[in-house]
Amino acid sequence: MLSVSNLSYAVGAKQLLRDVSVTFAPGRLNLIIGPNGAGKSTLVKAVTGQIKPQSGTIQYAGVDINAISILQAARMRAVLSQNIELSFPLTVAEVVMMGRYPHFAGAPAAKDYEACNAAMSFFDVHDMAARDYVTLSGGEKQRVHFARVVAQVWFPVHQGCRYLILDEPLTFLDVRYQFDFLRKITELLRSPNLVVVGVVHDLNLAAKFADNITLINEGRILASGTRTQVLTPANISIAYQLMPVIHTSGDNMYLFFD
Amino acid sequence: MRLQNKLGRGIYLVLLIVLFAVLALSIRYGAVGLSIDEIYSSLHKLLSGTAERTLNERIFITIRLPRALMCVLVGGGLAVGGTLMQALFRNPIVEPGLIGTSSGAAFGSALYFVLGASFGFNAGQWTLPLAAGAGAIVATTLVFTLSRSRGSGRSSVVALLLTGLAVNALLMSGVGFLSYIARDPQARSITFWGLGNLSGANWSSVQIVGAVSILGTIAASHYAKQLNALMLGEDEAIFLGVRIGRLKLMVLLINVAIIATATAFVGIISFIGLIAPHLMRIVGGSDNRRLIPTSALMGAILLTLADVVARMAVRPAELPIGIVTSVIGVPVFLFLLRSKNYFF
Repeated sequence: MLSVSNLSYAVGAKQLLRDVSVTFAPGRLNLIIGPNGAGKSTLVKAVTGQIKPQSGTIQYAGVDINAISILQAARMRAVLSQNIELSFPLTVAEVVMMGRYPHFAGAPAAKDYEACNAAMSFFDVHDMAARDYVTLSGGEKQRVHFARVVAQVWFPVHQGCRYLILDEPLTFLDVRYQFDFLRKITELLRSPNLVVVGVVHDLNLAAKFADNITLINEGRILASGTRTQVLTPANISIAYQLMPVIHTSGDNMYLFFD
Repeated sequence: MRLQNKLGRGIYLVLLIVLFAVLALSIRYGAVGLSIDEIYSSLHKLLSGTAERTLNERIFITIRLPRALMCVLVGGGLAVGGTLMQALFRNPIVEPGLIGTSSGAAFGSALYFVLGASFGFNAGQWTLPLAAGAGAIVATTLVFTLSRSRGSGRSSVVALLLTGLAVNALLMSGVGFLSYIARDPQARSITFWGLGNLSGANWSSVQIVGAVSILGTIAASHYAKQLNALMLGEDEAIFLGVRIGRLKLMVLLINVAIIATATAFVGIISFIGLIAPHLMRIVGGSDNRRLIPTSALMGAILLTLADVVARMAVRPAELPIGIVTSVIGVPVFLFLLRSKNYFF
């Protein structure tokens, strides 16, 4: 369980987050959506400890974020940032192994190799294990980082939850791999006590895959809940200034814009 | 597929064999050629403590051997410093002296050459290393202090880099000014010191440089994993459990200790700190857990080899070592850069 209460954050006179409260539960796909500049990344940065909000609290399984050491956090939480630039020659296997760094001192143990191999197979990058990371395409690089962050939280922890925080993970992916990635994350969510929080832009992907959607607008939470609670014409037109046409067919929900 | 992946741990064996081969060249050849028998008997006498030595044996024990060992220690140290700075700045074109260490040492030594006599401070053979070492430490501290942001009190890597460039420029113009007001022999000393000089190596300096280089390399290896994580970026390193402020401070301290000590005794030797880590990156990739020890061996090999060339090329005189490292190093480096798939 990851809970954010009454979070406010301002840079100078600009208020980026206003009294944000939201809870992310384990076993569910929690997706954050919102227009550009709404405060999605700011919320993620507050949750990961990259920025210190002026007021409010963030708790991981009831423990305040400030009481968790950098190493403790790294053992239970993996974060995928936007725009990772890696300019040194390293193999794919070496990059993925970085995800296990918080778990071993000195040389990796059998368990660490097991997690890396499993995560590389899971994201179809096992065949590239010996290739140079810098020679990969944008989409391939992104999948290598998926394997890295998933390897980091591969094994369940003794008590409490594991956390996977994904800031715009779909950016470099074509539609096939976008679907593929979200299906795989859904599959991972069957393992116990895993909290997944992700930021996405595509409303249709959110409608299709999210168990819980949080819509942020102008630093505030406009709506949070299931897709039918959040993705209403009223909410969408406030946030995006576009009126959607919503089409439902069976279990599926599609949004069109004109 | 890299050469490294095929060789595995054999890379260490290959590098060690090459190092012993160039070390053998280095102790055998010079202004006076020594036979294998002479080397053997000298080593035997050195180890058994026999005081009676021939002239050639004395050349070997008091000049040739400490000099060869100094090349190994300084070359290894420069390469480790270069690897550390490249990892810290996440930039493969960084040299270990970037944060003011080398130019500070150059300024300290130039002060000694030009004004040393009027200061009245004299510590015999230690005066020059002390002046250069003090210059290195003062300059590096200056760069580190100036680059701290007033808000957070932490040094951003970009601020360090730019402050380093600025302070380097200032110190080198200081060296230029001292050369300008110097008398001719003093100016020549400044120039030669700036090109590196291994001829002053003796057992005491070898012990000091050896202790710092070896301890520094061991300490650097301790931070290899954290430096790998840093390649992804500072925030990503934190997400992987790295205490970033502490890592930066420790890596800078290790680098300054190694580079200031080496430079204090042998002057500025350029290019080894840049090229040795690069050669090993091309062969074996950038995992610092491997890169630090393999670069150290490569740096030792390169400097020892360059020193042999410097002593043999214009026998019985010798070329400044810095000229050799650049003239041989640069073309080899450019060739490798162009012949391999080497991406940044």
